[in-house]
Amino acid sequence: MAGGMVKSENTNTSTYAGLGGWLILPTWLVIGFFLLLPVGIMLIYSFLTKEFRGGVIWDFTFAAYDQFFFDRGLFGDDPAKIEWTYIKIFWRSIWQAGIATIFCLIIGFPTAWFIATRTGSNRSIWLFLITIPYWVNLLIRTISMKFLIRDTGPLNEWLMSMGVISEPIHMINTNFAVQLGLFYSYLPFMVLPIYASVERYNFALSEAAADLYASRLTTLRQIILPTVKPGIIAGCILVFVPSLGAFLAPDLLGGAKTFMIGSLIEEQFKGNAGNWPFGAAVSMILLSLVLIVLTYYARQQSKAEQG
Amino acid sequence: MAKKLDLRRFPGFLPMTWLCLFLLYAPLIIVMIYSFNDSNSITQWGGVSLRWYKDVFWGLEAEKFKLAAIHSLIIAVAAATVSTTIATMAATAMLRAGRFRGKSISFALINLPLMVPEIVTAVATLIFFSTIGFTTGLTTILMAHIVFCVPFAYLPIAARMQGIEDVYEQAALDLYATRYQAFRLILLPLMAPGVISGFLLAFIISLDDFIITNFVKGAGIETLPTAIFGAVKQGIKPNIMAISTLLLLVSVVFVTLSYLVGRMGQNKK
Amino acid sequence: MENKGTNSDIAVDISNVTKRYGSFTALKNVSLAIQDNEFFTLLGPSGCGKTTLLRSIAGFEDISEGAIRLYGEDIADLPPNKRPVNTVFQQYALFPHMDVIQNVMFGLLRLGADDATAKARVGEVLELVQLTEFANRLPSQLSGGQQQRVALARALAPNPKVLLLDEPLSALDLKLRQAVRLELQQIQSETGITFIFVTHDQEEALTMSNRIAVISDGKVQQVGSAREIYEAPGNKFVADFIGETNLIDVDVKDVKAGHASCILPSGAAFSCHAADGARKGPGHLSVRPERVAVTTPAKGLLQGTATRAIYLGTDMHIEITLTDGEIVTARIQNSENTHVPNIGETVGLNFEASAARLLVD
Repeated sequence: MAGGMVKSENTNTSTYAGLGGWLILPTWLVIGFFLLLPVGIMLIYSFLTKEFRGGVIWDFTFAAYDQFFFDRGLFGDDPAKIEWTYIKIFWRSIWQAGIATIFCLIIGFPTAWFIATRTGSNRSIWLFLITIPYWVNLLIRTISMKFLIRDTGPLNEWLMSMGVISEPIHMINTNFAVQLGLFYSYLPFMVLPIYASVERYNFALSEAAADLYASRLTTLRQIILPTVKPGIIAGCILVFVPSLGAFLAPDLLGGAKTFMIGSLIEEQFKGNAGNWPFGAAVSMILLSLVLIVLTYYARQQSKAEQG
Repeated sequence: MAKKLDLRRFPGFLPMTWLCLFLLYAPLIIVMIYSFNDSNSITQWGGVSLRWYKDVFWGLEAEKFKLAAIHSLIIAVAAATVSTTIATMAATAMLRAGRFRGKSISFALINLPLMVPEIVTAVATLIFFSTIGFTTGLTTILMAHIVFCVPFAYLPIAARMQGIEDVYEQAALDLYATRYQAFRLILLPLMAPGVISGFLLAFIISLDDFIITNFVKGAGIETLPTAIFGAVKQGIKPNIMAISTLLLLVSVVFVTLSYLVGRMGQNKK
Repeated sequence: MENKGTNSDIAVDISNVTKRYGSFTALKNVSLAIQDNEFFTLLGPSGCGKTTLLRSIAGFEDISEGAIRLYGEDIADLPPNKRPVNTVFQQYALFPHMDVIQNVMFGLLRLGADDATAKARVGEVLELVQLTEFANRLPSQLSGGQQQRVALARALAPNPKVLLLDEPLSALDLKLRQAVRLELQQIQSETGITFIFVTHDQEEALTMSNRIAVISDGKVQQVGSAREIYEAPGNKFVADFIGETNLIDVDVKDVKAGHASCILPSGAAFSCHAADGARKGPGHLSVRPERVAVTTPAKGLLQGTATRAIYLGTDMHIEITLTDGEIVTARIQNSENTHVPNIGETVGLNFEASAARLLVD
């Protein structure tokens, strides 16, 4: 423990010392009972047998995971081959989420930097403008984007009336539309953490670098980027993770060719045609993927704190 | 004379910021404009009118959307109230109660709903209610909403509480207040802006939710987002634009309120 | 153990108090007896444990060992809201959402006073601190000095047995601080309440207190009046911390009945007062700079070369490097008939036996 200043770091004299357990109890009841426990049950479900009208039969089986990874032919008795359908969907989701993340970073970093270098109330107004769209219903934002980029939508109409193009650019139902939708959904998530770390950046460092003959670009590469890296990583995670499991953007802006994990899961629980154990298994795989990313992130953060 | 080198500025960052704002706002503004379109087709511009707003309130589908809006409102108010209360208690535990057993895991638990992908939460909640034999409906939607509203309510509340030095409560205790009085008379009034912000954010989050609601709502029950989604699946009609604009305005008003309340608290300090 | 009857005029009796935070010990076996109606100061550098001791008396820190008695009653296990002591906090901790009256009335209402009684008492205290006309203002509408007085009024209103003041003047500017010192002293003697005052500012401590406890490294180094502490420091830390002093290496030949005979670095024999506990062998003499006289080498007890002169307005500091490399500072008055040595000049240094004191290391 660092000696020197002895302030009220003491634990047993906090105002509500001894009540912590009681005060946190409702949180445990609500999140523990309605989220932690359900995820546990979902894990069990992923090992059960499907019933044809939706729902499950309580027979333990690996069938759901087997269906995800292996192709055993129409009747299930062919020699097992790797089943690429679902792996491809996962790969596509990762790809789409990755592209969206890169778009967000390219636009988000300069924006965050610009806002963080404003002063006083100017800065909070800019910040407010960036956050407002996040609070607008995601469904409405996605519908707006769908409306805007349709073949006969305002964007194409406008471009044609300007004479830039002679016939509409087909955007809807393409990979690009989905990437654009994801980008649009989660852009503020990129700006905010980068903003927070640039705001803490000490500009005396830039001055010191300039004093030691560094160019603007060298300063950006050698001094600024390493210092604000935690914010950049946080922003990328905050965009990538929800994009991975997104449902609305691929569903409304994409088509059959842009099918992503979210839609795959949703299909398993729709009406009687669904397969609950398989849906649960896909959910578990998605959750594991997300947890891996988050654990990696937590490692990086604690490394950054120690270093 | 040497030109002063402004190290805070990078060429091109300002246009990028404008581009960012443009990308964020353009689709919303276009929809707002087209909601006033006096035409049956969503692509043809037929002049300005309020006919689709009239249609939203008195048209064929008005009853359906009205009922959905009432459901959304009931759930949002209830979920925001419960989750704000829980989050206030949790923030007090995390920031004012010293060390206790399971503190660090409790912190992870508060943030868990933010880490689990929404669709996974939706699936897990649906399976859970079906396993315990709970009929899906307003109650199940409410339960699910409370869960994911807690971390959103927690953020501004905890941030505010962190900004209040515990010396005020110590002064209250020193002046013979009980711990409950120190909370009610000192801590709660001082953190009120945070609690109000937390409530408003939880309210919007609940009002906006689609994915989880879609899974746990059960047959026949709609909230505004699920009703809109259902309608959009048949194609975007002009009345959807009017509803979207209204919902958008509600969100903007609430976020602005939350922002102003937060600032007011800061200025007072 | 102790006879409570004889301790009736002791307001706060701190006996053998130890406070640990994990492996760090903030207070090491501290014992102090603070008299009734006393202005008592805990003085020490930041991090020395003085604030921890104050907060232990207030009830914000649990002590690890020992006892704290308030007029004979053990209060170590009472929560802060059950202790009849009040605190003036360092940054005042005025409730920002309450006006001056509500702040001052807070404690009275918690003690169950009715509205009329509480209001009357608030009027009294506000008059005492001369804030009557600001009664309806919020803390944010007051100056630093006014806030400080509200904090004082708030803590005095419930008529505590002991008032604890945690560096209450540190946030004020110099001029204001000097004025408030006098006011505080006056209020203390008017109310007759025992004041325990924490500060790191020695001037504040010396000018205000009846008695001072010098604290360092979690231990009480010395307790005494301002004069005792300045003129008869018990050990090296106290001599060095209070005012400026020269510490001269000496070889102690003999210590008898509070007197020491020793050999100065120049070889000259010298005898002077010795602090309690001083022993034979290598030791340190403390001589205040203003008691060191600069003379000719022949007349001096010590010889050296003037190496630096620092101009301080009314005085000058002359640094003299002795032959063994030690530096001794002399403070001489800036008047036309004083001889100021030139840099490089060889000089002698003289001091009276009464000006020197052998310290405990």
